[in-house]
Amino acid sequence: MNFLSLFVLLPLLMILALFVVRSRKQILGVMVTGSSLLVLLSAYLAYHYIAVRNSGNTDSMLFTASLSWFKPLNIQYAVGVDGVSVVMLCLSSVIVFTGTFVSWKIAPLTKEFFLWYCLLATGVYGFFITLDLFTLFLFYETALIPMYLLIGVWGSGPKAYSAMKLTLMLMGSSMILLVGILGIYFGSGATSMHISELVHHPMAAEQQYFFFTLTFFGFGVLGALFPFHTWSPDGHASAPTAVSMLHAGVLMKLGGYGCFRIAIQLMPMAAERLSPIFLLLTGIGVVYGAFAAIRQTDLKYINAYSSVSHCNLVLFAILMLTQTSMTGAVLQMLSHGLITALFFALIGMIYGRTHTRLITEMGGLMKIMPFLGVSFVIAGFSNIGVPGLSGFVAEMTIFVGSFENGDLFRRVLTIAAVTSIVVGAVYILRSIGRFLQGPLQNEGHGKLDDAHWYERLAVVTLIAGILYIGSFPTGVAEIISDSFGSLLQVAK
Amino acid sequence: MEYTLFILLLPLTSFILLGLFGIKLSHKISGLIGTGSLLIMAQLSYVAAFSYFTTQRIDAVFQTVIPINVLWLKMGTNLHIDMGILLDPISVMMLVVISTVSLMVHIYSLGYMKGEKGFQRYYAFLSLFTFSMMGLVLSTNIFQMYIFWELVGVSSYLLIGFYYTKPSAVAAAKKAFIVTRFADMFFLIGILVLSYFTQTFDFGTLTSGDSSIFQQAISAQFLGTSALVWAMALIFIGGTGKSAMFPLHIWLPDAMEGPTPVSALIHAATMVVAGVYLVARLFPVYVLFTPEVLQGVAYVGAFTSMFAALIAMVQTDIKRVLAFSTISQIGFMMVALGVSKLEGHHGLGYMASMFHLYTHAMFKALLFLGAGSVIHAVHSNEMENMGGLRKHMPVTHLTFLIACLAIAGIPPFSGFFSKDEILSATYHFSTGMGIWMTVVAALTAFYMFRLYFSIFWGKEKQHAHTPHESPKSMTFPLVFLAIPTILGGLIPFGQFVTANRAPYAIHMNWMVAGVSVVVAVVAIFIASRLYQYPNKRTATVPTALRGFHKAASHRFYMDEVYLFITKKILFNGVSRVFAWFDRHVVDGFINGIASVTDWFSVRIRGFQSGEIQWYAWVFLFGTLLITALILFV
Repeated sequence: MNFLSLFVLLPLLMILALFVVRSRKQILGVMVTGSSLLVLLSAYLAYHYIAVRNSGNTDSMLFTASLSWFKPLNIQYAVGVDGVSVVMLCLSSVIVFTGTFVSWKIAPLTKEFFLWYCLLATGVYGFFITLDLFTLFLFYETALIPMYLLIGVWGSGPKAYSAMKLTLMLMGSSMILLVGILGIYFGSGATSMHISELVHHPMAAEQQYFFFTLTFFGFGVLGALFPFHTWSPDGHASAPTAVSMLHAGVLMKLGGYGCFRIAIQLMPMAAERLSPIFLLLTGIGVVYGAFAAIRQTDLKYINAYSSVSHCNLVLFAILMLTQTSMTGAVLQMLSHGLITALFFALIGMIYGRTHTRLITEMGGLMKIMPFLGVSFVIAGFSNIGVPGLSGFVAEMTIFVGSFENGDLFRRVLTIAAVTSIVVGAVYILRSIGRFLQGPLQNEGHGKLDDAHWYERLAVVTLIAGILYIGSFPTGVAEIISDSFGSLLQVAK
Repeated sequence: MEYTLFILLLPLTSFILLGLFGIKLSHKISGLIGTGSLLIMAQLSYVAAFSYFTTQRIDAVFQTVIPINVLWLKMGTNLHIDMGILLDPISVMMLVVISTVSLMVHIYSLGYMKGEKGFQRYYAFLSLFTFSMMGLVLSTNIFQMYIFWELVGVSSYLLIGFYYTKPSAVAAAKKAFIVTRFADMFFLIGILVLSYFTQTFDFGTLTSGDSSIFQQAISAQFLGTSALVWAMALIFIGGTGKSAMFPLHIWLPDAMEGPTPVSALIHAATMVVAGVYLVARLFPVYVLFTPEVLQGVAYVGAFTSMFAALIAMVQTDIKRVLAFSTISQIGFMMVALGVSKLEGHHGLGYMASMFHLYTHAMFKALLFLGAGSVIHAVHSNEMENMGGLRKHMPVTHLTFLIACLAIAGIPPFSGFFSKDEILSATYHFSTGMGIWMTVVAALTAFYMFRLYFSIFWGKEKQHAHTPHESPKSMTFPLVFLAIPTILGGLIPFGQFVTANRAPYAIHMNWMVAGVSVVVAVVAIFIASRLYQYPNKRTATVPTALRGFHKAASHRFYMDEVYLFITKKILFNGVSRVFAWFDRHVVDGFINGIASVTDWFSVRIRGFQSGEIQWYAWVFLFGTLLITALILFV
């Protein structure tokens, strides 16, 4: 059996194990063991991947295997990874792992929460290893559906509304996506839905225009494509902490990943022609999200709008269609995944103590909870692209890569996107100045405790990732960039 | 010269140690770690400087030495960011400046910050700053410089906001970061444009003077100007942000909210001259390919130095006087660079600018540390709470006086030499510019001695307890810095740091020197008549100058203009509109779809009533209708 399938099997085994166990301790035991194994597996994969690449293997996909499971349409369970999938799998494992520790005290219905959580993870892992369009879509849906229950049951605030909105918008877009996927399959005249085969059966230009729009839009909505991003602030605000982390950290990256893996790779002509329209939308999204974040007072909304800005930057960079900008896009997915997960984790921890997320109702918390405060500042710095932290590396690669395009339109848009680094500084420093610094505002907050060990573990893990990518980006960037080299070649 | 790597590693290690474990360490140990690592670093810098200036000269021209350069991040086929160390006359000079001032500030802070909460954090941040600043000056490529440029900004933010429970400090830190970030954005865009056309970040390639790499950038036009001019102008705007040039100077006076030693290190001697350093670093590009931008540098510098000097004349907070004085002096350095050419005696401005950077770092750090000593004694920043302190604080008084004489340009103190060369260079450029800068020099002498007399002379004020001289840890740096302030001018600077790196002998321009000394002495005399002894004239100054005095006290309303733009236009105008638009239009549309669906579903719900008779009726009429259609249509 191909070891990539373990990424799907392990979460499924965790689900089975969760059915068996009873006490809270056992549930957590299963989760910690399972998610640690996933981290180890990702580490092994990364190590193995680099070793194989270094030995001179230049196949576009490594560790491939396939198995037909629906003959009439020739649908396969086909797996394989390139550098991009490897880093996304590593990211997923880190987020699943830290999310477990952040949900240490989740109640009620602890077991059920983790059941859905593992199913969500299954979908995410399956998505990143799959190379068959239909199976990929299947995993995509598997990841979306648990969100509804996770938000609807364990959420806070107007959770029913948010859960419904999020699910309906994403379902609606995935319906369009399905049309796009089927269109690609039938339009190309290939004999299977395997991506490696579809690449060699490009469609006619007119067909590409139509199905590119559908596919890019379908994935784009999950990637918070402006102006179809409004599910994200409400959804994140209502979701429980670990779900926000997983959703903003990984699930939204499915959108960006799908956009280049399917929309751009399979329909390069359309991508070339139609990118200006989507570039305009995403470009607006970058600046708009950042400005909208300034006005927010709820920490989760601030981060959600900041995510809108950063996720639009991912799509923006993908659409710039240069190897450097696309490398930057993946770096940004990776970086934003870690940063936003860290943000949501910290916001959840702070909310758990103060019972408010409004920055106007807090003040001077740095003195009370220095660990959480300092971590928040680090997350904030990374978010606004302070060197040494991951955000800087990603954003700079994107800007340099986008500027490689010689035309004025893309130049101007790139410069517009660069302004977000200033606006970003405003909303981050404003919230830090408001709720962490200054005098203590609420006397009741004076006695609150700092982070517990399990919270510290999650936070430190995420910060370590951010620091690693930010300080030693050479290796990661190279793995990603190499994959794009072959990808862009195939597309041409 | 690989050992120069430790110049970076030592403060970094100290930062990591203190950052992670500082909270568990005693004040004494953390002070020792911070200061100790700095002490070793300073020794290394001196050794590096000595060996560089004695051995790296081939045919009388200083060579660039790059002991270390490693790949950090690849960006496309040609572009890559490296991390490395570049040694050339200006970077080596900066090594000496930064390590000297930083070391003095570290020692000084042992006394100044004694017993302060967050002592370990303070030293951690100081180490971080020193690391970043060293990284900035040693950068081998423009992107590495940008990286450390940002890090310097962050450490400045952290140190200005050191007293984070104080709202004014928090606001000042935020303002400093955002204003400089705004400028950095232009810097970044400049780098993007420049690197796109030249396909390199490397300083060595950019400053080689070879015109072939700029061919494309010169021929590409945008809005009637070549891309190279755009790029170099944008990069200069980045420099004006850090160096607090008009109109981006507004963050610097507020930055005085930070602890005073920090002001001495960051906001007087090192970080704020980063913009000057940037222009100097790219000087061959400016002077050879974009002379129009270089002229702009001169005019921005000239205007800023006058503007800031006028404000400094009426400020009452002693640290703010020094802050505006810093802005004004950096203006001098910019002017000098702006009027300079590359070769021989035409390169005087460049040499003078670097010389002034060096002397200014020493005497301004001394002034700030002296001011800190005064503040430490009287617990106030306001001039009105001071007076007659010379009897209580002899060491502070004497060293402060030396620094004041230096900045006023009185021979034989260091400032006289560097300022005189700047003035010569400006007269060489145009008489108008020369006169303008001489006036600024006169104003400098006036406001510095107004400050000096108000603190140490004048009427003695009542204090809660009698002011006394500061501890040894604080007076030692004062005395130490007084040495280069007195003797620094005698260094044959033209032998070491010149625009084309070939040595050249400085000639005194006696005419210029004479005029500048005379005006300085007159200015000091006026200041002494007004402020040295209690008299009635002091009170008449504000009324005599009326409108000007009021406008200058309000810093010519620049902060109000900024507040209007940020609060009224960006925050309420743009941001609020966007947020509203998002909630009501974009999201309203989505909710609208949901409502419409809902509305329809309520309307058509009746069709599925489950009543069999109703279904039968519909069935019957439907059949009839279809039959009718078939028959008659």
